[in-house]
Formats: sequence, structure tokens, C-alpha cells
Amino acid sequence: MSALTAVPANILAAGTNNGAFVTPSISYAAIAPILIVLAAACVGVLFEAVLPRGQRFYAQVALTLAALLAAFIDVIAIRGHSVVTASRAIAIDGTSLFLQGTILVLGALAVLLLAERGVEPGSAIVAQAAVVVGSPADRRLASSDRVQTEIFPLALFAVGGMLIFPAANNLLLMFVALEVLSLPLYLMAGLSRRRRLLSQEAAIKYFLLGAFASAFFLYGVALLYGYADSANLSDILRAQNTSTQSDTLLYLGFGLLIVGLLFKAGIAPFHSWTPDVYQGSPTPVTAFMASCTKIAAFGAILRVLYVGFSVSSWNWRPIIWTVAIASIAVGAVVGLTQTDVKRILAYSSIAHAGFILMAVLAQNAQGQMDVSGLSSSLFYLAAYGLTTIAAFGMVTLVRDGNGEATHLSQWSGLARRSPLFAVTFTFLLLAFAGIPLTSGFTGKFVVFRAAYHSAAPLVVIALIGSAIAAFFYLRIVVMMFFAEPAEDGPSVVIPSALSSIAITVGTGATLVLGVFPQPLLDLADHAAKLRG
Amino acid sequence: MLAPYLPIVILFALALGFAVFSAVIATVTGPKRYNKAKLDFYECGIEPTPMSSGPNRFPIKYFLTAMLFIVFDIEIIFLYPYAVANRVLGIFGLVEIFFFIGTVFIAYAYVWRRGGLDWD
Repeated sequence: MSALTAVPANILAAGTNNGAFVTPSISYAAIAPILIVLAAACVGVLFEAVLPRGQRFYAQVALTLAALLAAFIDVIAIRGHSVVTASRAIAIDGTSLFLQGTILVLGALAVLLLAERGVEPGSAIVAQAAVVVGSPADRRLASSDRVQTEIFPLALFAVGGMLIFPAANNLLLMFVALEVLSLPLYLMAGLSRRRRLLSQEAAIKYFLLGAFASAFFLYGVALLYGYADSANLSDILRAQNTSTQSDTLLYLGFGLLIVGLLFKAGIAPFHSWTPDVYQGSPTPVTAFMASCTKIAAFGAILRVLYVGFSVSSWNWRPIIWTVAIASIAVGAVVGLTQTDVKRILAYSSIAHAGFILMAVLAQNAQGQMDVSGLSSSLFYLAAYGLTTIAAFGMVTLVRDGNGEATHLSQWSGLARRSPLFAVTFTFLLLAFAGIPLTSGFTGKFVVFRAAYHSAAPLVVIALIGSAIAAFFYLRIVVMMFFAEPAEDGPSVVIPSALSSIAITVGTGATLVLGVFPQPLLDLADHAAKLRG
Repeated sequence: MLAPYLPIVILFALALGFAVFSAVIATVTGPKRYNKAKLDFYECGIEPTPMSSGPNRFPIKYFLTAMLFIVFDIEIIFLYPYAVANRVLGIFGLVEIFFFIGTVFIAYAYVWRRGGLDWD
């Protein structure tokens, strides 16, 4: 009985003990980019509340782009910062800032795609998501050019979560960031203007599987807390040398934690949501997910592995080996059988996730985790994100009477209708395949070089995988250039300046980073510093 | 070591026993009079909207009200522990809790202006 009676006394003591609470010191300068984005998201919600409907669209687009730009400038302004702040919950270091800058640039490009109204009058987003599909109200809505503006605050909230996610040094904060970035994405996935049932199906699948992944993550955090007596990554690292708890807690906790993170990054065998969600979501949202979410998730994986579990790397290396091989194999082999362009790009992203994951296996001569793995994955993520934004941006342009024409057979002979489109898309596909003079080649080269000394067989598997994947990229190319165009085939729509900017920047970066990659490689080398 | 938790185990056993007893005694002793209305959906006396297929639907406003309740309920859940510990948390805690209330008010302003609080 004594233990039970002691509890109320403790609770009473907490209210009167003046020494218990220490005000956390927060470096507001270091977290200003995050605060800018989240504050702008709140202002965006207020815009929805107070502005008349006609003014909302332009106000939201201007606010969103201004916030992302301001946050990006701030990230540049605080470059070189290296602090662990807010009760050691958030680490703003070179890696965080590099990833945050990348996410902000890609987020701004994705917002440009979201704001595109030249391709479809009311943008790719449905104006009223709650209208029953197929009802008279739905048919009226489909022909109107009413526009959905709540997507912009949602995107800002998601970007805010993505900025915190790779910087979180505390697993609980990492979980909060995971939810902040995921919840808007679940919603955004279901907002397609065309093929609404497919889109809603994608949203439900993403939500249910994402909720499971979050539960895995949280259970892992709980077990690790039991092991280390702290949810802080650097404390967990220290506990691996000092803790008296059973190692089972550590391994089980790590396993559950990494499942949650691998799910978000779309790595096999936790990839099954990727093709369905990428296909069903509105294409601008897919572009946003495939670039920004992937980068944020990899940022968190890198931080967990490098900061929290670097001393026990011998224990998790087999896991990373297995999932990297599985990811490359699933992406390359299952991608071969796909007939939908968006699904092909989804399987391509699964294979790419496997390539990026190889980098963390890089070791130096002493058998410790090598910084080259970190810098090469940073470069790969930035390069891959820019190419992906451009590729999905281009998918939105091939249209027929039913909206986007994404079936591979509909793309036959597209080069005759629009040579510029076909050449540009071919270039992006070559970048995915890793052909020299594209950023894809540079990215693969640095990652394979980093992993070669400690995981040579995996590099060989990855090379075979990219050779197989090259086949289905080339199949699209052959389809566009050498097949006869169908009679009632789709045409390539000329977009407004917004999409054009996003596609041009993405494609231009793919070319520049292939021909002249050294500045970004140096930046990634310079940024590859983690603090715990 | 586990002896202090014995009363909790007994409490659980009592709760389980009471639930099983109530369910069994009701089916054994209660009268059974068939009435179709008993099998219908019930929501505050509102007739559900018939659907051509699948279950009938209730107006979305019930779910909306429930969701809004959760938003403000969560706010209060955070305010209680703050109120208990406000002396210890000091000015820092006061500022933070105002930020928190501010974000909930943004949600409130949105719901209010967009007609989420109108019943009809």
C-alpha cells in the first residue's frame, strides 16, 4: 500500500517545488525559418476566415511563396550555425540547414505547381472535397472554375513539419514533426479534381498505413525511453555504453522506430502505399510528396542513425543492407510491369530510396560511420528532388478530355505532337536512370563511391538494379519517339508561367548538377556535420 | 514487490464481473418485445437520409460538432495542468500558454467565419 499512497504526495509536491522547473533557453534565431513557415500557415488559415472568396487565391499564393522565400533567405543567413537548443530537443547544424534549404526550395516549386490554373481552370485541386462523387452537385462543381485555397496553408503546415523532422534531436519532437507533416499530406492526397474516387482511396490508404507506421514509431520511442531513460538521441547514444537495461529493449525499440521512418521514406518492404498514393493524389501534391517528404524522412533517418545509433552500427547494418536491396529490387523489377506513368515514377522513387540508403553504410578505415555517406546522400536528395518536381510537373501537361492522360499507351508518339516536351521528359528520365551529364549520374556516383569500400556487393546489386530500371525509363522514351500517335491521343498543354518556372528550374538544375556539380558537392561536404 | 497493485487487480476483477453479470442477467430476466424502431439508427430524433445503397446517412453536422468539441476539449486538457503548475512555470509558461490559446483561437475564428457553428 505504501507505493500507492506515495503518488498523491508527489503530485502535490510538484506544484510547490520552486526548483523543479528551469526555463529552457531557446535560440530563436536558429529556429526562425521553422517559426516563419508555421506562423505563415496560421496567417493563411486566418486569410481563409476573413478574406472574400475572390481574393483568397492570390493572397494565399503570395503569402505561401513569400513565407517559403523568407524562410529560405533566413536559412542562408544563419548558415554555419551549429546549436542544440530548446532543452536539446532540436539541433540546427549543417545537415539540418542543408535539408531545410532544400525542402524550402522544393516546397516553393511544388506550390507553383499547386497554383497552376492555366492547365485546368480551377487548378488540379477539387474545390469542395466533401461533395459526394457522382452526385449532381459534383457534376456542377466539375464544370465550374471555383478554386480550392485551403491547400496552401495545408502545404505550409506540412513544410513546417518537414523542417522540424530532420532537425529533431528528441524522438518525441520527431514524432510531433512526423504528425505535423503527415496529417496535411493525408488530406492533400484526397483532393484531386479528376478521378476523385481514386484520390480518396489513396488518401484513406495513406492515412491508415501512415497511422500504423506512426504507432510503430511511437512504440519504438517508448521502448528506447525505457532503455535509455531519455528520448534524446545523444542520451540514447550514451546509454548504449552505460545502460544496465536489457539490450532487447534497445534492439526492439530501434527496429520499431526505423520501421516508422522507412515507411515515410517509401523503402521496401514498407513501400506498398507509394504507388497507389502517388497515382491517386493530385499530381502537384505527388510532386510535393515525392520530393519534400522523401527528403525530410531521409533527414530523420540520417539523424537517427548517425547521432543516436552510430556506436551500434554493427547491429543495424544488416537491416539497412536488407531493406536497401529489397527497395532496389522491388523498384526496378515491379516497375517493369507498370503501365501508368505516375506508378512508374513511384516505383522509380522506391528504387532511388534504396540507392540513397546505401550511403549510410559508408565506413572509414576504423570501421566507424563515415561522413562521406552523409554528404553524398545530401547531394543525392537535393538532385533527386529537383528532377522529381520537374518530372511530375511535366506529367500534369499531357491531357485529354478526361484530364491527365497517364497511361503509357496514351503517350505513344507524343514526340510528334510536342518535340520539346518529349526531349525534356527524356532528359529527366535519363537523369533518373543515372546517365552521365545529368544530376542523377553525379548523385549515384557519389553514393556508390561512398558505399563502395564497406559494401561493395551492394554497389554491384545497385548497378544491376539501375540497369534494369533504365529499361522501363527507356520504354517511355521509345513510346514517345518511335510509336505511332493514337488518333484521339492526348495533347500537351502549354502551362502558365508558374508551372513553367517549376519545370524549368527542376530541369535546369538536373542539367547544371550533371555538368557542373562541384559547388553543390562542396556545399554538401561542408554541410555534412551533425550535432547531438 | 507487486503486492501494492493487488487492489487494482481486485478492482479490475470486480469491474469485469459486474459487466458480465449485468449483460447475462439482462438477457436472462428481461422481457423481449419485437419492435422495428429498435433496430433503426438513432441520432437525436433525426431521420437519417436514405441512400440508394449502403447504410443510411446522418447529416455531417453531428460529426462536425464532435470534431469541434475535440479541438476545444484538448485546449482545456492542456490548460488544467498549466493552471496547477503556473507558479512554477512563471512568465515563460504564461507566454507559451497564450501562444497556445492563440493558435486554438485561429482555428475558432476559421470555424466561426466559415459557418462551422451554424446549425442550419
